Amino acid sequence: MQVPILKQGPFLIATIQSALTDADIVELRDALVDQVGRYRARGVIIDVTSLDVLDSFATGTLRDVAQMVRLRGAETVIVGIQPDVAFAMVHMGLSLEGVTTTLDLEEGLAYLTRGSKVAPGR
Amino acid sequence: MGIVELQSSMKTTADTTGSLLRELVSHLGQNRTQLREEWVRRITEARLLTAMTREEIFAEATSVYDSYVEALETRTLEALEAYAQSLSERIIPRGVETHEVVGIVLLLRDVLARSLFAKYHTDSTLLSRVLDAYEPAANQIATTVAVGFVRERERVIREQQEAIRELSTPVLQVRERLLILPIIGLIDPHRARQLTEQLLRGIRANRAKVVVIDITGVAAMDANVANHLVLTVESARLLGARVIVTGLSPEIAQTLVNIGVDLGKMHTVGDLQGGIEEAERALGYKVVPLPMNGEPEA
Repeated sequence: MQVPILKQGPFLIATIQSALTDADIVELRDALVDQVGRYRARGVIIDVTSLDVLDSFATGTLRDVAQMVRLRGAETVIVGIQPDVAFAMVHMGLSLEGVTTTLDLEEGLAYLTRGSKVAPGR
Repeated sequence: MGIVELQSSMKTTADTTGSLLRELVSHLGQNRTQLREEWVRRITEARLLTAMTREEIFAEATSVYDSYVEALETRTLEALEAYAQSLSERIIPRGVETHEVVGIVLLLRDVLARSLFAKYHTDSTLLSRVLDAYEPAANQIATTVAVGFVRERERVIREQQEAIRELSTPVLQVRERLLILPIIGLIDPHRARQLTEQLLRGIRANRAKVVVIDITGVAAMDANVANHLVLTVESARLLGARVIVTGLSPEIAQTLVNIGVDLGKMHTVGDLQGGIEEAERALGYKVVPLPMNGEPEA
């Protein structure tokens, strides 16, 4: 299942709506990294609100996206990680180090637009 | 379980046990008034059930006596079990102790055994056979009542523990998007887990950006719990909230260093005041004292 990527001003928003296979995630990664350059985006938001599990491959790929997007001159925010998912991830040692995370889409947009006073999750 | 045991213990003895028990039951039925009064007298003498009035004791004694005889007669413990449960529910809130409940049941057993002695003392063979039939059943009944009481007590204790745990981890909002989580007392793994759950839920519900966890009231924690604390801080970060831990005692500081916490991930401030000030700064608040002109304002 393909993840739609929406362009919202200078930002790209990818909302993951259902569980993804590893191939889907890789596809999302490539699409995002490609489109960041094409649309000259300043930021990328990946919304994982509807996911109830984030495994090591998904986490690793999301971290890769963040790093690749940074190299292409934009910033990435992962938004909407559920409390249970967060704790499970940390328990498994998957802590998305170096990636900004915010509570939800609204927060993510606020962080990217104003550069929040608190660097969330840093 | 109890019923099966009672039945099987009776089946193993000869068929005569059945007729003996029937005779026993009719004896207990005939002497109901007298034996019951004797029992209540013994209870009062032994200063048991002091939390209850004499009338209440008499009323309960009557019910227990009847259930007891019924259990002997029907050889099933279900009714007695149910009664023991409801009795426990009624008397536990009034402060009746375990030894009192066990005491009264054993007294009843004694009173009845004595009446059997009195009735059959002329025929020692018959007496011993009657006792053979009576003793296992009586023991079983005593156990049932005692176990019922203890079980009910344990249930009450469990409920209270749960209530204490719920109360013991409040998540408080002190400012828009700023939560405080004061922790006081011992943290065991169960409480640590609950704490994490409530914190993560609180962050979502209040849309918190900064959380101050104050552990001034925690004297020490073992490596497991300390690890759990670190995981909690990490999880909160994934929800987009920053955690400031305040009030670490020297012992806890040592524990954290011993387990090798990455201090880059864990923001700590000396005391709660400092933590809140830091959090306010992070949220962009600036607290300034009001200028005092003339009349001091409330």
